[in-house]
Amino acid sequence: MVNGMTLPRFLAAGDTALLVEFGDAIDPAVNAAVIALDRALAAAEPFGILETVPTYRSLLVQYDPRTIGHAALVRRLGDLLAAGVTDSPDRGRHFTVPVVYGAEFGEDLADIARSSGLTPEAVIAAHLAAEYQVYMIGFAPGFAYLGGLPEVLHLPRRENPRARIPGGSVIIGGMQAAISATPIPSGWHVLGRTPLAGFDPARQDPFLFQPGDRLRFRRIEQPEFAALAARPAVGGPVASLDT
Amino acid sequence: MTRAALLALAPGMLSTIQDTGRRGWQRFGVSSGGAMDLEAFTAANALLGNPPGTAAIEFAYSGGVWEVNAESCRLAVTGGDFGISVDGSPLPAYTTALLQRGRTLRIDGAAGAIWGYLAVAGGFDLPPQLGSLSTHLRAGIGGLHGRALRSGDSLPLLSERASVQRERTIARRPARPDAPIRVVLGPQDDYFTAGSLDTLLSAEYVITRQGDRMGYRLAGPALIHTRGYNIISDGVVAGSIQVPGTGQPIVLLMDRQPTGGYPKIATVISVDLGQVAQRRPGQALRFQPLDIEAAQELHRGFVDALDALPGQVREIGAPQRAQRPQRAFWLRN
Repeated sequence: MVNGMTLPRFLAAGDTALLVEFGDAIDPAVNAAVIALDRALAAAEPFGILETVPTYRSLLVQYDPRTIGHAALVRRLGDLLAAGVTDSPDRGRHFTVPVVYGAEFGEDLADIARSSGLTPEAVIAAHLAAEYQVYMIGFAPGFAYLGGLPEVLHLPRRENPRARIPGGSVIIGGMQAAISATPIPSGWHVLGRTPLAGFDPARQDPFLFQPGDRLRFRRIEQPEFAALAARPAVGGPVASLDT
Repeated sequence: MTRAALLALAPGMLSTIQDTGRRGWQRFGVSSGGAMDLEAFTAANALLGNPPGTAAIEFAYSGGVWEVNAESCRLAVTGGDFGISVDGSPLPAYTTALLQRGRTLRIDGAAGAIWGYLAVAGGFDLPPQLGSLSTHLRAGIGGLHGRALRSGDSLPLLSERASVQRERTIARRPARPDAPIRVVLGPQDDYFTAGSLDTLLSAEYVITRQGDRMGYRLAGPALIHTRGYNIISDGVVAGSIQVPGTGQPIVLLMDRQPTGGYPKIATVISVDLGQVAQRRPGQALRFQPLDIEAAQELHRGFVDALDALPGQVREIGAPQRAQRPQRAFWLRN
């Protein structure tokens, strides 16, 4: 039994959606089960599913009740899961995400250092050392929730949330890390900023990240930030996708 | 020659371009969006002979003043009994009208409704974003530059002139201001006391002034959580009734957040979403439980009824059927 994992629960979310819940914890194994079912449904022959929303521990399945009813959908998903939906954890894409840390790009670096008892350089080193997994996209367009933040950086959120942090903010809050794609209000700590556009409606793939992706951060300085930020406008690549 | 367009002299409140919304992007943080009152929106397109789902202007409370900047334009207003006039002459809602260049349309408020639709025959010449013309203000996409409409905006029309035909009308489904709003319990009804479930299903909840396309905050007896009011964030649907720490429920609607971390005690059935959307601040909601099979049967009937709307459109003052084709032939030039 994996920590936090339970037998899947099927919960009606109204007459056009079903929530498939795999546990009650933010946990890599629980999230892997969510993503495995999501990928299995994407690969299956269509049977009335309109859209799915993978989150930390559940998959929201939105469907057309004219094609399949609640009971039949529960049976179908139950059979699919019983037959075994497995997925290699390495199937997600791997990204390297450039970040400028501190100063006006990461206003809270000094505060984080004080609270964690580390030097600012040690905070940056800890953030750079980890590999992260995109657990889910939510809250706002392209906002990527990441698992994998080292424990030394687990800190309570800010007492006073900010009304607005810019898109591309690299932030931490509690045991979580995240990257924002649009300007948002936030109570998380801002560690740095990436020039990567997490959301660009004009791009062929408007959103950079998807659940299941893995990423590492790479430290850059301000001149490289400016150069990278200008690249999408002239058709250059926006992120390095590792192979 | 300038492009055919509809010009916003004053666009009304919260006016945005909407269609039936976008599918497949909530996993990236963009909820479906789309018309708040799907039935009224669908009726407008049926009246004009547009393909279902053709984007229209959605407004709240009053629809503003518009000028036709094309040879001619046929349009229709639905959603409520709005006070509509063309250069001062009254025009009923749920009826088409032909406006020549320079004519102005004015849409004032309606007593029993919030959301209205101003649709044009042929539709607007705007580019879809993420597969839809729906304006999504939080994502800054769709409609005109991803924002609400402003005075001076010129909305390009796909049709330079309207076809010659009789005007048309369709019966408006009567508003049901006292009808209970039906809900399917869950997905997190087990986060509340049994007494709170009884309260939700028996008490009156009043719509407050804190509401927009994202959702409506309600006021009424507090609902009590048993295991705190934080859950691990999961996906949210239109109609989700989430309950934050105050115990006062919020009905989430078309531009809802994609995911949320408050327990959701129940979900308004899809058929009743437009009824909720059209109730004004100060009006009450009473919730009634419905099992999922019954709710899905209602959904299927509702979709069939929407599909049947074009067949319920009738011509105004149409003569005997035998004479009609000839008349129409002579009117053509």
